[in-house]
Amino acid sequence: MRVSLTIIFIFLALALYLGIRARKGKQMNLEQWTVGGRGFGTLFAFLLIAGEVYTTFTFLGGSGWAYSKGAAAYYVPTYIFLAYVLSYLYAPKIWKYSKENDIISHPDFFAKKYNSRPLGLLVAVVGSIALVPYIVIQLKGLGIIVSEASYGAISPVAASCLGAIVVAIYVMVSGIHGSAWTAVIKDFMILAVVVFIGIYIPVHYFGGVHSVFKAVQTVKPDLLTLPDKGLSYSWFISTVLLNTIGFYLFPHSFMVILTAKSEKTIRKNAITLPLYTLLLLFIFFIGFSAFVKIPGLKGASGDLALLKLSMQTFSPWVIGLIGGAGVLTALVPTSVMLMSGSAGLTQNLYRLVVPSATEKQLSIVSKFLIIVLSAIALYLTITGGEALAMLNIISYGLIIQLAPALFFSLKKNNFVNKYGALAGIITGELVALYLSIANVTMGTLLPNAPQWFKDINGGFIALMLNVIIMSVVSLITKKMTVEMEELHEVKNSSY
Amino acid sequence: MKNIKLLLLLPFIGVLLFLPAVNRVEPYVLGLPFLLFWIVFWMVLSSVILMIVYRLDPDNKGSDVE
Repeated sequence: MRVSLTIIFIFLALALYLGIRARKGKQMNLEQWTVGGRGFGTLFAFLLIAGEVYTTFTFLGGSGWAYSKGAAAYYVPTYIFLAYVLSYLYAPKIWKYSKENDIISHPDFFAKKYNSRPLGLLVAVVGSIALVPYIVIQLKGLGIIVSEASYGAISPVAASCLGAIVVAIYVMVSGIHGSAWTAVIKDFMILAVVVFIGIYIPVHYFGGVHSVFKAVQTVKPDLLTLPDKGLSYSWFISTVLLNTIGFYLFPHSFMVILTAKSEKTIRKNAITLPLYTLLLLFIFFIGFSAFVKIPGLKGASGDLALLKLSMQTFSPWVIGLIGGAGVLTALVPTSVMLMSGSAGLTQNLYRLVVPSATEKQLSIVSKFLIIVLSAIALYLTITGGEALAMLNIISYGLIIQLAPALFFSLKKNNFVNKYGALAGIITGELVALYLSIANVTMGTLLPNAPQWFKDINGGFIALMLNVIIMSVVSLITKKMTVEMEELHEVKNSSY
Repeated sequence: MKNIKLLLLLPFIGVLLFLPAVNRVEPYVLGLPFLLFWIVFWMVLSSVILMIVYRLDPDNKGSDVE
């Protein structure tokens, strides 16, 4: 038992060491701290982008969903690889505009594009609120992994606290450089661990992957296809589309785009990234194996499928390695999330309140905000108790509302103005919040609609209203300004 | 060659539009149930499509420093 705990601590220490060391030889101004001076080549940018995707959610939630919901879990790699395909088209545009306008965070982009400080503030606040559940997922996952992998020697709460402290320290010291360096060992570890257990477990227990699925088919054939009701194909398609659109709208994913050295770096990465989602296949193998081998994990404890089965299979030192990989999987995304949240708030909230702020003050404020954000997330991690996948979906529901304003702003002739963008985002957020709190679905809205319609992701309701309000307000306010100008001209000419 | 980017629509059509038709277990391909195989197939094909687009995309020509 001691062995696994020791190994996990070695990884934690290594992450802290690499994270702090990453600062070496860098002049840490705000641009260096947040986007690495926009100097990351293909490899670092790749590791960071991939690092954002392989979070504890993929590790635990991916296998957990395969375990408890079966084929519906395929939505995760599907939206991720489609998001990479889509990003080829727009991510370079975001990068270029950001470079030309010295933009280092997600809300700045909106503020600059629409020439509106309040919009920047709104986006910063929405982004931070959407990030918090995401950070909670990571800290919660970290707690579960460490506690399980230490065979209960450390409580999940203690582990989450420790993880939060380590990540806050190295983010404050090294910023994105720290994330990039920890991403190097993290990606190597996760790849090795997941491929190894993803092949070993099916072969060891079933003699091969094919037999795993055959076994599942005997026990519960429904698990291998999408059901007719609920998580049906219309749910799958709509959820994948929403998540694909929302993917780079998370402040941390957005920020990672900005670290790239050139537009070409981003496009080149898009080629290999879909292949990286193949990794999830191995996670599914483990989830399905667990379904046959260790049945009976209910609800949120389905997230434990991977760890429970591994503990039954391997000796403690292997569990230590899995735990170590799990810890890194939590730390890397958390670090970028904390930083992007803090940078957004610093640039768009603090600067609004104190316009005369110096670079040095901003840097202190942003570090202070790292502590605040980690503390809030940690508090929610300890007090909240939902299954990981649920939190993930709520986060996406909030962040997706930024999509219309962003995508329209990338067009050459954008008819949307700042009033429209503001009104659309506010409407979308309020509706999205209401829908998730009141648990409204397409089915409750239209109880007589056909089943496929009822299963459509409710997020679309909020998004549609968002687009409609955004367009209407933009057109009306545009007309008003034109009329006012005309009135002005008429007045002038009559004299 | 500007329209080369339209190729990027293919993965969306392949995975999402065909989903109702491929939502089945049999036949197994490479040991995977058909639905899972179909998704994996498009992951790999997406990479290939992106590579083709990258090669032919006029935006990647010229002196963009790497």
